[in-house]
Amino acid sequence: MSDIKIQNVCHTYNTNSGPLHVLDQLDLEIGDGDFVAVVGPSGCGKSTLTKLVAGLLIPDEGDVMLDGERVKGPRSNVGMAFQNPVLLEWRTIEQNILLPLEIVKGHGLDARQRKERVSELLAMVGLEGFENKRPSELSGGMRQRASLCRALVHRPEVLILDEPFGALDAFTREDLWVVMRELRRQEKFTCMLITHDLRESVYLADRVVVLSGRPGGTQYVQDVDLPEDRGLDVLFKPEAISMLADLREQIAIGQKRQTIGEAV
Amino acid sequence: MNSTLRAILIPLSFIIVFLLFWEWLVWFNNWPNYKMASPSDLWPAFWTYKGLFLEYGWQTLWRTVLGLILSVIFGTFLGMIMGLSRIAYEGLYPLLVGFNAIPKATVVPVIALLFVGSHDFNTVLIAFMISFFPIAVSIALGLSTLEPEYRDILRSLGASPFTIFWKIALPKTLPEFFGALKVAVTLAFIGTNLMEIISPHGRGLGHLFSSGEQNADYPLMFAVLIALAFMGIVLYYVVVALERIFAGWAERREG
Ligand SMILES: Nc1ncnc2c1ncn2[C@@H]1O[C@H](COP(=O)(O)OP(=O)(O)OP(=O)(O)O)[C@@H](O)[C@H]1O
Ligand SMILES: [Mg+2]
Repeated sequence: MSDIKIQNVCHTYNTNSGPLHVLDQLDLEIGDGDFVAVVGPSGCGKSTLTKLVAGLLIPDEGDVMLDGERVKGPRSNVGMAFQNPVLLEWRTIEQNILLPLEIVKGHGLDARQRKERVSELLAMVGLEGFENKRPSELSGGMRQRASLCRALVHRPEVLILDEPFGALDAFTREDLWVVMRELRRQEKFTCMLITHDLRESVYLADRVVVLSGRPGGTQYVQDVDLPEDRGLDVLFKPEAISMLADLREQIAIGQKRQTIGEAV
Repeated sequence: MNSTLRAILIPLSFIIVFLLFWEWLVWFNNWPNYKMASPSDLWPAFWTYKGLFLEYGWQTLWRTVLGLILSVIFGTFLGMIMGLSRIAYEGLYPLLVGFNAIPKATVVPVIALLFVGSHDFNTVLIAFMISFFPIAVSIALGLSTLEPEYRDILRSLGASPFTIFWKIALPKTLPEFFGALKVAVTLAFIGTNLMEIISPHGRGLGHLFSSGEQNADYPLMFAVLIALAFMGIVLYYVVVALERIFAGWAERREG
């Protein structure tokens, strides 16, 4: 069980040029096993939101609840992946993926089971047999695949993805969307995906949340009613196209708000 | 030709050619050995003072290495503080730069006077003082340029700052660290020799050099230079070997 409830969260950073109000009265609910995509103008506080959910930051106001319990600090049942896959050059792919298991205690896996877990994950993302390769031998897309494996190796209940496909070329990105859906079918997690790509959000998520411009709050929520078992062609369906149009419009509104806010 | 043989033979043949050229140059110009000793003058000098060369060579070596070990320990510690704390970085960096800007040749007599009589201590101290700067800077830089994503991934799993330092930050700085260590080796070596030369009742190869000078024994002076060069090369390649072992992964990156 792991549902995330974000209630009335406000957050302010202290910067050199005074306080920066980043999140304002944000409400967001992610049910157990749900996949929610969060989109919004650049700098509106999306990455800040991921840090709040991961317990790396505590909000100034409001609550972040996981399974009905307040998040007071880091919890080991979280997996994270970012735009930059940050693999350690001195470790093999297998050793990189196993990194979380060196920190999380009580996973109860022996050396052989750990190896099996890694091969299982690598197979899911299409990197069979890459266990002993070095990160420097991998392309950008392959590195991102490995980074997803690392985020999932300890079977986290919550997966946090902060623009993981943002730096990839269009073809690789679409391949990875398919991989992501496959992972979701096989592994059980509640996921929060930050993205700038509306097609990505519609293809991957059950719900898309649009944040308003800074300070970010919930501006618009779009439920994605597309078949569970979807291929990329689903994006050409009329429902999907109208969703994308709505989302685009909402983003434009949010962006305008942010520019006006900055001008004041 | 196999590659190990190649790695030995090519440098060796260049050294031989260099020595022959040197010998020829001295012979051709008909230089007396107070102007320039030739390689054939050096062997007798080595042979006559072989006991001293061994004893003093060992002294120079251990003082340099001890000074280096101290500067690695202190430099790493200082670099850690500077790399992990913004305030410490801003406060300490100008101080360090200022300290490093003082030509160490001027510090040598000061230290020699300050701790008169404790020659070993002085020498190690100078070797240390002259060489910790690049190490501290490299560690500080390595740590402060650590990608924040690493910190987030590990901290979200509940890792302590020490675990993050040990598993990621430290290994990540190793290539820069070894780059700095190569510079530090050379510097420490200069420090040791300066002190040995300047101290009135010193020991070590630097002292042998200055007594060669006092006795107008020019072949001896040249022989000391060659011995120092040899030792410098050995120390340098020890660092290179350590680098291969501990940071070999960084080399592969370019290849
Ligand atoms: N640790 C921090 N201290 C001070 N300001 C910060 C900090 N982290 C982020 N900010 C500022 O807060 C604002 C929101 O940052 P955040 O990274 O959450 O935005 P974002 O929505 O993820 O943006 P992007 O889409 O560009 O990734 C930005 O203006 C940023 O400069
Ligand atoms: Mg961001």
